[in-house]
Amino acid sequence: MRLRIEAEKQLGNFHFNINADITDKRIGIFGESGSGKSTLVHMLSGHLHPDRGEIFLDNDCIFSSSRALNLQPRHRRVGLVFQKPSLFPHLSVSRNLFYGYRRCSKEHRKVTPDELIAVLKLDGLLERGVLNLSGGEKQRVALARAVLASPRLLLMDEPLSALDDGLRFQIIPYLKSVTEQFGIPCIFISHSVVEMQLMANRILTLQSGRLNEETTPDQLARKTMARSQRGYVNLLELDGATSEGGLFAYRWGDGRLLISDGNSRSSALFELSSRDIILFQKHPEAISARNLLECRVKETFSVDNRVGIVLSSGNSQLVAEIVHKAADELQITAGSTVFAAIKASSFRRLI
Amino acid sequence: MQLAPEDITAIRLSLQIALTATLLSLPLGFAVAWLLSFKTFRGKILLEVFINLPLTLPPVVIGYFLLLMLGRNGWAGSLLNEAGIQLIFTWKAAVIASATVGFPLLVRSIRLGMDSINRQLIQAAESLGSSWFDTLLTVILPLSLKGILAGSSLMFARSLGEFGATIIVAGNIPGLTQTIPLAIYDYASSPSSASMALSLCLVSVAISVVVLFVHEYLAGTVEKRGGS
Repeated sequence: MRLRIEAEKQLGNFHFNINADITDKRIGIFGESGSGKSTLVHMLSGHLHPDRGEIFLDNDCIFSSSRALNLQPRHRRVGLVFQKPSLFPHLSVSRNLFYGYRRCSKEHRKVTPDELIAVLKLDGLLERGVLNLSGGEKQRVALARAVLASPRLLLMDEPLSALDDGLRFQIIPYLKSVTEQFGIPCIFISHSVVEMQLMANRILTLQSGRLNEETTPDQLARKTMARSQRGYVNLLELDGATSEGGLFAYRWGDGRLLISDGNSRSSALFELSSRDIILFQKHPEAISARNLLECRVKETFSVDNRVGIVLSSGNSQLVAEIVHKAADELQITAGSTVFAAIKASSFRRLI
Repeated sequence: MQLAPEDITAIRLSLQIALTATLLSLPLGFAVAWLLSFKTFRGKILLEVFINLPLTLPPVVIGYFLLLMLGRNGWAGSLLNEAGIQLIFTWKAAVIASATVGFPLLVRSIRLGMDSINRQLIQAAESLGSSWFDTLLTVILPLSLKGILAGSSLMFARSLGEFGATIIVAGNIPGLTQTIPLAIYDYASSPSSASMALSLCLVSVAISVVVLFVHEYLAGTVEKRGGS
């Protein structure tokens, strides 16, 4: 999907001015509170009109101030998933789900209700009232409702921020599978770098109502490493766990990782902070950390007073973070070999 | 408890007037509440003041204005007269008086209900392909039901007690335009009819209690169904 937007809007003291042309099936919009993310969402959905500018979805113009064109929200076929699920409280789950489906012309319908209901595991909820659902169930229903209307673009405005961590990461596979399985391009809005890493291929970052840059999730995670509480968050999707001395052993790169928070399911997603990796120039003699990995330094990058070290082993890689002085002392350069020590308890299982 | 045949007529007439005034006002009240709750336009404050004016004016003043408007020489009255319609001193004039006095209560309650609707629900409906009228019928109306019920109950109760405006435009003609409050007023002017006045007061209380019970029951039902 290609999104072209050139729009200006004055909202009180806030001036929104964006000019972007981006093509991808999964676009992320990243920015702090007040950066203009919601303004952009409302402009795309048709609930806020730019003062000046044009918006194109693929080659269709949905707004043009010069041509006095403003496609109404109901004609834009842009699905919305909000931070709070916003389900119709007077309708059952089933009637919520089919609200958009019934209003979508047959020629545009590309999602089979039964298939979607199965993917999102909503079978048992259909006849229930929406007020009795849990937060995660509500968000899944809201997602299904938007997808069933067969939108040509799905806008997800911080759909996970109202959920606690456990639920947040349970929902992400659903969001991904729905957009992949049904081929619906999506724009995912968030101020979480981890969510961007999980959901987006290309990212537009906003700052004070302006487009700051177009980037990738990895580049974004690198840039925000120094100021983020958890540094660069490595996301590792691992499978094939075996039990070993009370820990779980997973294949990783040319070796394996011992993780205390593992499980014996087929696959699991872990996060590991770049700050939880200790680097050694030589193999240490004795160490309490259960993981000591021999890695090649693929590249280094500098952010503020920190150095990011991209470590590789086989086809896998990790980012470690150290201060400049440590990098100098260890004489770390691209191509050199280092030993990375990681405690088994430093991995946090997300899914 | 004693009730004369004219009292029975007054009770029937009161219920008839209150019910007609409420039902006739509902569509307009809903439209005005929607306008005030969802739309921004020039002169909105002026409209709000105009709608709420009957709340602050003495009912007799309202009745007098209605008399000027609907009387033979009034601008509306003369038009109606030409069409062969006579309103003044009929039960229909009492309906107009009740509707005018109770209208702000109806609008305020419906508007409160509409103000509490999460605007994202409207945006969600529109993004799901719903037209404004479709959204009005399938989202706004069901979610305003509690406000509509509250407003209707208030208006119905207010209409039952309407006195000042009614006596000016409809008079106090037993069997024709005499409602419960007007009949009580008649009885209260004569010391020998105190028990008759008390009987009608009791009927009035009973009707009000029934209205409140029905309202609470319906509001509870709507709430269970997720209406706000």
